[in-house]
Amino acid sequence: MDASLKSRIESLITASPVLLFMKGNKLMPQCGFSNNAVQIFNALGVPFDTFDVLSDQEIRQGIKEYSEWPTIPQIYVKGEFLGGSDILIELYNSGELKEKLAIALAS
Amino acid sequence: MVQPNAVAAAISQVLPGAQVEVEDLTGGGDHLQVKVLWEGFRDLSRVKQHQLVYGALRSELASEAIHALALTTACPS
Repeated sequence: MDASLKSRIESLITASPVLLFMKGNKLMPQCGFSNNAVQIFNALGVPFDTFDVLSDQEIRQGIKEYSEWPTIPQIYVKGEFLGGSDILIELYNSGELKEKLAIALAS
Repeated sequence: MVQPNAVAAAISQVLPGAQVEVEDLTGGGDHLQVKVLWEGFRDLSRVKQHQLVYGALRSELASEAIHALALTTACPS
């Protein structure tokens, strides 16, 4: 992958403690899976940032390659890839997500 | 669209011995729910488990033959 794209992605994921790559934005999600992720973060009441991949084709393709993950949404916590929609829902239902985020946001 | 059988076959080829259940959520063949049980998932993170399954379906996902894939992975109990 292109080095400047890689460094762009790395600066994005390190700039926000919790970053959601999604289609659309918090107020206007453009896909049901992205909307689910937004709703989960809202339900937990944790601060999170979003990046709209529809606004940037380079990031839209690049993040899939960078994460080795073929779909959007994608969630990064403290620069680490947490997973996509299914994993987020699973972690939310088991209570692990709340715990992980509390730890990540405390440090 | 893809045939559920073809999806199961592609996954079994990469994960030998996996138990794969494929459900076509809309009947259109492009919104699928897939459950994979595989002994090899033991000790792997969820992300890694899902990456292995996505890897098996790389071309179908890239071409959007599969548009949406709800995935559950686990070890056989």
